[in-house]
Formats: sequence, structure tokens, C-alpha cells
Amino acid sequence: MNWISNYVRPRINSIFSRREIPENLWHKCDACGTMLFHRELTDNMNVCTNCGHHMGISPRERFHALFDGGIFSEVEVPAPLADPLHFRDQKRYPDRMRAAQKATGEKEAMLVVEGEIGRTPVVAVGQDFRFIGGSMGMYVGNAMIAAAERAVSLGRPMVLFSATGGARMQEGILSLMQMPRTTVAVQMLKEARLPYIVVLTNPTSGGVTASYAMLGDVHIAEPNALICFAGPSVIEQTIREKLPEGFQRAEYLLEHGMVDRVTPRTEQRDELIKIIRMMMKMPRAIKADLPAPGPDTAGEPLQVAPPEPAQDQSDPK
Amino acid sequence: MTRLHPVMKEYRWQLHLYLSAVIYPADVSERQMTNYLDFEKPLAEIEGKAEELRAVARENQEMDLEAEAAALDEKAGALLVDLYKDLTPWRKCQVARHPDRPHCKDYIEAIFTEYTPLAGDRNFADDHAVMGGLARFDDQAVVVIGHEKGNDTQSRLTHNFGMARPEGYRKAIRLMEMADQFRLPIITLVDTPGAYPGKGAEERGQSEAIARSTEKCLQVKVPLVSVVIGEGGSGGAVAFATANRLAMLEHSIYSVISPEGCATILWKDAERMREAAEALRLTAQDLHQLEVCDKIIPEPTGGAHRHRSDAMENVRVAVRDMLKDLSDLSPKELLKERRSKFLAMGSKGLAA
Ligand SMILES: [Zn+2]
Repeated sequence: MNWISNYVRPRINSIFSRREIPENLWHKCDACGTMLFHRELTDNMNVCTNCGHHMGISPRERFHALFDGGIFSEVEVPAPLADPLHFRDQKRYPDRMRAAQKATGEKEAMLVVEGEIGRTPVVAVGQDFRFIGGSMGMYVGNAMIAAAERAVSLGRPMVLFSATGGARMQEGILSLMQMPRTTVAVQMLKEARLPYIVVLTNPTSGGVTASYAMLGDVHIAEPNALICFAGPSVIEQTIREKLPEGFQRAEYLLEHGMVDRVTPRTEQRDELIKIIRMMMKMPRAIKADLPAPGPDTAGEPLQVAPPEPAQDQSDPK
Repeated sequence: MTRLHPVMKEYRWQLHLYLSAVIYPADVSERQMTNYLDFEKPLAEIEGKAEELRAVARENQEMDLEAEAAALDEKAGALLVDLYKDLTPWRKCQVARHPDRPHCKDYIEAIFTEYTPLAGDRNFADDHAVMGGLARFDDQAVVVIGHEKGNDTQSRLTHNFGMARPEGYRKAIRLMEMADQFRLPIITLVDTPGAYPGKGAEERGQSEAIARSTEKCLQVKVPLVSVVIGEGGSGGAVAFATANRLAMLEHSIYSVISPEGCATILWKDAERMREAAEALRLTAQDLHQLEVCDKIIPEPTGGAHRHRSDAMENVRVAVRDMLKDLSDLSPKELLKERRSKFLAMGSKGLAA
């Protein structure tokens, strides 16, 4: 366990367990089958305490653990046209959207927030795989642009946590057009000389990997995360041969020069602080410097409202 | 994939997205003579009959069947107009993939001069799925880049059916950089089922190569115009088509995924590609309404494959006009215009 757990975890635990989770819940590790006590798993950011297997984590849960005191505020994302193509397969797209919103409690597949990690101000973007496979539609494009604009206006670095199956077919060509749109977002950061760190989580694939997820200044991958353009089963069907063990997994990508580091989720916070502070020419982090969570805020909801969201979005420069 | 999270299992087909674009109508390539598409069968019958009549007349000098044959010709002509006046999205996909449709190589030969191919990514290999080099367009020096699918079994293998590997995108990046350096306009011709889903392609960074190519498109300070001449298949197309102006031939398509791939994922049945093609709104006409495509280039009646030089001439005129449109913009303005275009994209939906 790292230093932060002593300070912040107890408070997060208490809130999590009070709010959502029955005390007696057990969770079976997908990889090793160990039964894990829910609180134990949450404390460890959904990483199995027995085998280190990284399970899915929602952006909100991740940000609770990432930000100082679990405090962050959401950056508003301009709403795109709903269902621009009037797409219908076996379900209507608006019905799929509603079902995803109900299942996740989130508006869309991406959460943009700002806050401090180790007293280092950042804008962070988390992709939500639970929401229609974390697929990239216009909202995700708008989210990347809003995040980059916010980062530029505040002069902060941006951290992306990717998790996606790729493009959102229900938005057709407009989904595909998020590849150039998000690339423009990354260019805004680069031109402002602000670090853009990508944390690739399981899975990251398709058009997202082929755009903003592969354009970071630094690429950090979670252990064993599947990171690819084309998925392994499709490649097997095409080339009609078995792929090697670990193909397209984080460690394989590290070997092939596509990512800088493979870092367990529980160590990412310290690593991000360290890297970002160097890239921003800030003094080294002093761990003891972190304020302990005050008793006055202990029972309140963790999020705070964004300061002036509407103005911030309309006038990025 | 034994450790799939339950949610992931549900969406594992999403992982196939870009790959399923490779389903290729291989049977088409094996046919001889006129390559009729399935919906052209009635036409094939009439044209066949006219052909038969003429053959009979040639062997029996005393018979005059020309009037009858001419009547059939007329009937065939009317049917052709009828068949092509309102093609369904799936039929457009078939036309866009037609083996006799002019390909990148044909366009380069027809509407450019002094084409000088430049090879290689200076790193690993030369990708034959991507053609590119210096050329003159209307006498003006330009850089031309495009996907080449090939037109017979051998050349299709050579060009990998127009499916680029990372080296193809990296070659394109290199050529775009050169164009930028020497202030030469860039013309890209898009015709690909998608990026190649191979082991080596993934190992050598397919995603990164596509991302960088798109990024390069958004960095150059020279006019960049693009024409979808056949199939604009997902990320492999975006990597070249992120342009100041995008034109599409009347029966070309540009899509996030092939209809077959989409049908497999959303309908769990590749045979539902007609419905998927409908739902994806991948035609030039729909994309024009969505303001993704700036210009629709008319095709001769019966498609570009029936009157190849007319189709290529139409493309020449369109490229000339698009370049003229951009000729007054400074390098900075060109860059800004391109980025603003993409930032604004998506504000317009389709009528219900
Ligand atoms: Zn485990």
C-alpha cells in the first residue's frame, strides 16, 4: 500500500460503503478465482490482492482514488446532437443510450474532471467501458476537446485513462470523424507545451487507439491490458494462425516500443505526480505535504460543482 | 481471451470494428468479361440477348436482326438509367467496390503528369498498398498519395487489396512532410477496405501510424484535398482524408465500419449487410448532408466502371476546383481552416 492510503482511503471507504455497497458483498477475481471482500477490492482500486489482476474500474471510482482527498470537479462537456443518423439496429440508438445511462448512472462514455493529484493541478479524462463499450461518438470527441481547452486555459497537463472497444457505430461517419477532432484536441495541448499523458487500460482498441490514445507524450499501460487496433480474434480469422501468448497485451506493446511503461494501477498516482512535475518543471513532490482530509468534509459528497462551467467552455482562449 | 470481464464479453465484437472492413467480395474478382453486379442481372440478360442476336446476324448474313438488337440496346439503356438513378446504400457499396472501377493508379496515369513514385518509410519497408510521389497536376507540382487495390489476382496480392500496413501510413507521413517543406499541395485518393489486420502490422504500431498520419494531415500548411474514389474504409481512410476539402464520387462510400462488419456486430449476422449499409448512412449523399463531404463528383450513367475516362475527367475538374478554392489562403489560414472544419463537424444531423 502506498502512503496515500493512510490519509485518504479511510474516508473514501466509509463513503463508498455507506453509499453503494452492502457490507457483506464478495467478489470473485476473474483471473484467479479468489473470493475478495468488496471493501478490500475497492481499497485496492479493483486490483486483485491475490494475483494482481486488474479488473474494470469506472472513471469516477478511479478519480476518487486518484485526486487529493478524493476531490475533483467535473468539466462541462457540450452536448452533441442526439442520434444524428436516426440509427436503428435491433434496438433504437436512443434506447441503447438510456439503458447505458441507467446501468452506469453516467451521462456518457467519458468523464472530464479537474483537480489536484499530489498538489499537482491536472485535467483528467476517463473513458467508461461500461457505457456502450466506452465507444467513441461525438460526445467523446467533445469531451476530449473540452478537456484540452480547459487544460490550455488553466495551463495544466492532461491525463487520459482510455478504455474502449473503438468507434460508436450508431453514430456512423460522425463517430469516425472523432479521430481528426480528438487529434486537434491533442494538438492544442502540444502547441501550449502542456504534457499529455495517456494511461492505456483494458481494453483500448480501434479508432481510439488509432487517434488520441496513441498521441501522448508519455504512454503508460496497465498490466495485461489489451491494446490494439484490430482485435486478436479478427487477426486470427484473417491470417488463420494462432497468435502468440500475450499478443497485444501491455507487456507485449512495451517490448515492441509502443508504450513507455507498464505500471500497476495502485502505483500510477505516484508515477503520474513524479512524471508530470518533472515535465512541468515543478519542484519534486513532498509526500508529507498532502493535507489530511478535514473532519468537516468527511461526510459530504466527494464531488464539487464546477466553478463557472458555461463561461469556461465558451471562451477557451 | 479467457479473462474477459462480462461487460467486455458483450462488447467484444466492438474489437472487430475496423477489421471487419476487410470482408472483400472475392468472387467478383474471378468473373470474366463484363462484371455485372447482382442487381444488374436483368440488365445482363438484355445485353446478353442483344449480343446473341448480333452474333446470329453475323453468321447468317441474310437475317436482319439489327432493329431488334437496337431495340434491346435501348431497353438496356433505359434500365441502366433506372437501376442507377436511386441506388440503395448497399448497391452503392457494391459499385464502390466494383473491380472495374478506376483505381488510384488509373487516376494517376490519367490526370497527372510526370508522376514519380517515391518509395519507403525510411524505417522498415515500402508498402505497395499505398502509392505516392511527386507529380504535376494541371502543370503544377504536387504530392499525390493514394490507396491502390490492384485489378487482378496478382496485383491485388501485391497491393494487399489496398489495405495499408503501418509502413504505408509512414510513407504518407514522409511525403506529406516533404510537401509541407516545399510548399506543394497534397492530393490524396482514398480507396481502401481499411487498415490491414495482420500480426506484423499490429506489432509495428498500426494504430500509432494511423494516428500520426491523421495528425500530419492536420499539421501541414499546404492545401490538402482528398477524393474518395471508391471505398473509404474507417481509420485507414481517415489517415489520408483529413483534408481541407473532401470530395466523393457519386457512388463512393465512406464509413466507420463495413456494412458486413456492422451487421456482424449489431445484428449478429453478416448477411444483414443491406440493413447495416442503410443504417450507417455511408453514401456520398448522406455525408454531404452531414457536411463531412464537401462535394459530390458525378459519375457517368451506370457508374465510373462503365465510362472510366469520363469519371476520371470529372475527378480532375473537381480537384482543380478544390485547389482553386484554397489558392488564396496563406499557409496559416490553410491550417486553421482545416482544423476549424473538423472542430465544427457534427453540428448537423440528417432529416428523420
Ligand atoms: Zn486474482
